[in-house]
Amino acid sequence: MLLDLPFVAVGLIAVIGLGAMIAKKNLIKVILGLGLLEGAVNLFLVAVGYRQDGIAPIFTNAPEGVMVMPTVQALTLTAIVIGVATLALLLTMAMAIHRHYKTLNVERIVKLKG
Amino acid sequence: MSTFFGGLDNHLPALLVGVPLLFAFLMPLAERVHRRLTDILAVTGMGLTSLCGVLLAIRVFTTGAVGYAFGAASPDEMLPPDSGGVPVRILFTVDALGAFMVLIISVVGLATLVYSVTREDRHGEKATFYALFLLLTAGVSGMVATGDLFNLFVFLEISSLAGAALVAVRMDRGVAVEAALKYALLSATGGLLFLLGVALLYTQYGSLNIAFIARELRMTGLDTVAVALLAVPMAMKCGAVPMHFWMPDAYSRAPAGVTAFLVVSSQCAMYVLFRSLFTLFHRRLDLAMFGWFVIALGVLSMFIGVTMAIPQKDVKRLMAYHAISQSGYMLLGVGVGLAVLGKPELLDAYGRKAMAGGIFHIMNHALYKGLLFLTAGAVIYRTGQRDLNNLGGLGHQMGWTMLCFMAGALAIAGIPPFNGFASKFLLYESVFRFNPFLSIIAILVSVLTLASFMKVFHSMFMGPRLPRFAEVREAPLPMVVSMGVLAVLVILGGLFPTVVVEHIIEPAVVALLEQSEYIQTVMER
Repeated sequence: MLLDLPFVAVGLIAVIGLGAMIAKKNLIKVILGLGLLEGAVNLFLVAVGYRQDGIAPIFTNAPEGVMVMPTVQALTLTAIVIGVATLALLLTMAMAIHRHYKTLNVERIVKLKG
Repeated sequence: MSTFFGGLDNHLPALLVGVPLLFAFLMPLAERVHRRLTDILAVTGMGLTSLCGVLLAIRVFTTGAVGYAFGAASPDEMLPPDSGGVPVRILFTVDALGAFMVLIISVVGLATLVYSVTREDRHGEKATFYALFLLLTAGVSGMVATGDLFNLFVFLEISSLAGAALVAVRMDRGVAVEAALKYALLSATGGLLFLLGVALLYTQYGSLNIAFIARELRMTGLDTVAVALLAVPMAMKCGAVPMHFWMPDAYSRAPAGVTAFLVVSSQCAMYVLFRSLFTLFHRRLDLAMFGWFVIALGVLSMFIGVTMAIPQKDVKRLMAYHAISQSGYMLLGVGVGLAVLGKPELLDAYGRKAMAGGIFHIMNHALYKGLLFLTAGAVIYRTGQRDLNNLGGLGHQMGWTMLCFMAGALAIAGIPPFNGFASKFLLYESVFRFNPFLSIIAILVSVLTLASFMKVFHSMFMGPRLPRFAEVREAPLPMVVSMGVLAVLVILGGLFPTVVVEHIIEPAVVALLEQSEYIQTVMER
């Protein structure tokens, strides 16, 4: 039961993130929502690789016992790096939009339609 | 074939991604040295990438699928002897479908980069532009070459980020940034959902290799969720209605050369969609349901795309809606194939043909739609006008551009002898036997497309010489050359469709249908 807690957290964070992306009016908050969603997926990856009483997956002189899964940790690291790049790009765009439109309200950033 | 370049051609799959990456990061350095150097280096880098792509494609079409293991003593050592039959390395797997996409990327990528050499360098952002363009190339090449799901996610993100930054590159008083932001937010969300799907598969099968998972797949409840998480973001990225709304914005605001290449990038997302449905899940899917899901996306995109295109005033926005409409044809054709995948007699009767039509249309679309966006870009470049109501009479000055536009417009409307006719005819014939109603919609959409492009042609090129365009000249040479090359390919594809279908399309269809061959490339060497 206790081991399921990370997955509950994943669900909660993902819902909060998606909710923010859909409901918030401020562009920065929408982008933060995406950041939360990203955190949820990363947490999911790490939680999936966890083994109770597992040891670090280093094969040299490893003691007996279960190892945690190493691949997901590598994946998470990569996903975090990609996430940083994505957030940086999105925030740069938000800055550029603010400079030209003088607003961050998503309801007023609608020059393109039809 | 195996020895030239001192055995370097054994590393073609790696070079396909490595070369554009290297040249992308050389750009800022080159700019410090000399401005012209960035032009030369960018064209060289893209040329080398295209060369790698074409050589790799030739190799796959002559000798079969190519596997490439990173970090192995020999690149064809897919499974280390002590791994217990689990592919632990990062593997590239290029089969006929992958090679087909690589070919499209090579041709359209080089043409659009040469076209972009003429873009004005107002704020000294040209080096950035080239760097992003080459990164986008690396991203899409990786997407179609990799055999590893996480790798696929990484390349997907590279292409999304580079693509979004390229859309915003001109700023355009913030409007281009608005379009890019929409694109980036949606792609990033889609990418995360995709990653979640990959994680679901990894927890169950303990591997990220597509071939390995395809062999082990049991279609549990989690797998059903994973299908949705892999397929929906990809359908969004290829602009399928009802997830298309980002596409007209991004396509109409990006520089024309970029738009033409973004078309290819969207089709790579479509490749991932087909790859996951056919190779990863294959017959374990509820075929009728997923087949009809893809068909429904296709029909909606075809119809809504074209009806939205007709009233548009902005020439590039109009073409973007047509791009949505044309992707519908590809989804329709391959969807019919998916729907009858479990019934060999129907598959042989018309399923294969429908898929050949859909896949052939991917190539044709990349060529003629790329060409159309480039001609629109040339007109905007010379006149500074993108509103159809303000344009006119350009046929007098821009003769070559007009000819190229005509080739593209007739091809998109499916008029013989242009390539669009060849693929659409395959589709009409085969889809008619599956469901006549769908075929009639497809023909109707073609007629509407023709009507819409007649209007565009008339308002851009016909009519008397306008005094406000008295200074307008023919587009610069690099633009005319790249448009000319694409136009010639559009015509050649229409004149010799059987050659193309026999040597390129048929193997690609077989690669989608025969899941076991893909698995063998990795698992039994």
